[in-house]
Amino acid sequence: MSTMLSKRVIPCLDVQDGRVVKGTRFVDVRDAGDPVALASRYDREGADEVVFLDITASIERRRTVVDLARRVAESLSIPFCVGGGIGSVDLAAAILRAGADKVALNTAAVRRPALLGEIAARAGSQAAVLAIDATKRNGGYEVVVEGGRISTGLDAIEWARRGVAAGAGEILLTSIDRDGTRDGFDLELTARVADAVRVPVIASGGAGSASDFVELFTTTGSDAGLAASIFHSGEVVVSDLKRALAGRGVRVRPSAEAA
Amino acid sequence: MIAIVDYGVGNLASLEAALHRAGAEDVRVTRSHVDILAAKAVVLPGVGRFGHCAGELRRLGLDVMVRVAHDRGIPLLGLCVGMQLLFNESEEDPGTPGLGLCRGRVRRLRGDVRVPHTGWNQVRIVRPHPWLAGVPDEAYFYFVHSYAVEPVDDGAIVATVDHGGAVIAAAGSGGTLGLQFHPEKSGAMGTSVLRSFVRATAA
Repeated sequence: MSTMLSKRVIPCLDVQDGRVVKGTRFVDVRDAGDPVALASRYDREGADEVVFLDITASIERRRTVVDLARRVAESLSIPFCVGGGIGSVDLAAAILRAGADKVALNTAAVRRPALLGEIAARAGSQAAVLAIDATKRNGGYEVVVEGGRISTGLDAIEWARRGVAAGAGEILLTSIDRDGTRDGFDLELTARVADAVRVPVIASGGAGSASDFVELFTTTGSDAGLAASIFHSGEVVVSDLKRALAGRGVRVRPSAEAA
Repeated sequence: MIAIVDYGVGNLASLEAALHRAGAEDVRVTRSHVDILAAKAVVLPGVGRFGHCAGELRRLGLDVMVRVAHDRGIPLLGLCVGMQLLFNESEEDPGTPGLGLCRGRVRRLRGDVRVPHTGWNQVRIVRPHPWLAGVPDEAYFYFVHSYAVEPVDDGAIVATVDHGGAVIAAAGSGGTLGLQFHPEKSGAMGTSVLRSFVRATAA
């Protein structure tokens, strides 16, 4: 492929009732539970994008997730995506109107793939991200939902193709087997999905170190790597990761520019 | 006052916030014809399908107002599909003409590359433009698009980017410039472009 397009590094924040759920290292951030303050910090460190995964379960959820998008849009100078429990075009449109660049759909897209196309028709396919949670099964990969608790019987590679045909402009691919293990990305899964579709693929689940990102980008066709805890804990700093990637010949946007 | 043309399309909240960050004091997201003609500069956003954007702009009578503003010499910045709308037509929706303020058409990205072209890519400036002054060569900007402009006149090309071959990243002349990338989403470098635009037009 002839392109100068760089590989993206994407921190993910889990948010509940407008607050970051998992602990973070940023002692100098006045309010470490504030998703806006944390995302701004990643922005300054050279993150290429931020994903917010809203896990609010209360009936206030719609208001808090739209409010989150509005507050983030006011401060962030890089793109951001909001996912988690988005089940209607109306909610997706409200989040996008509030300033999010993309919405990620998971369970709702499995239930009704046409949702992807309906969002794409209103906001463009780039705004409709298909989030796929996959687990290795019988030599292939199966799509699971509800955090891996429910099997769908769908083949992950086939589902990625169908999702793109339905209107998704990007795939956010999470290996449920690797999620939280820090054993590295599932390279086989990532490579198979990246080879099956022409839209960008974000790999997620299992990142434990900078070398996992190097391996991801040098052995698969994925466009981006996403991680949460290693960034929040401070084990991996985005600017250091960018330098490590550049040192291994991976094209990245240097952090110095973002400073 | 900088007018962001509101025809119901695009990430207007982010654009408004980015212009404030870039130093603009008075930014109005508006579909008022009066505002657009009273503005010191006009920003035309756009995202999604070309035909939908062009159609909505026309339905609200804003195509005429943008054209009048342009004819009166009000600086005009088109972003993403807003850039594509400055041109005559698009392969995406051949039946719906653009504004025709720049000569040329919009074509789908070609080559063995991922489409949409999504992410940070290096921009090569081929002709100086005051709003891009201070941007180092090969600086990274955030792109997300599946189509790109092809100006009739090579002299209208201001910057290019490599994605399956040379793709036009900036085009226009004088007080009219289209950017295929999103300065409002391009970190500090994007803010610096918007700052140049704000200083040059609305200071």
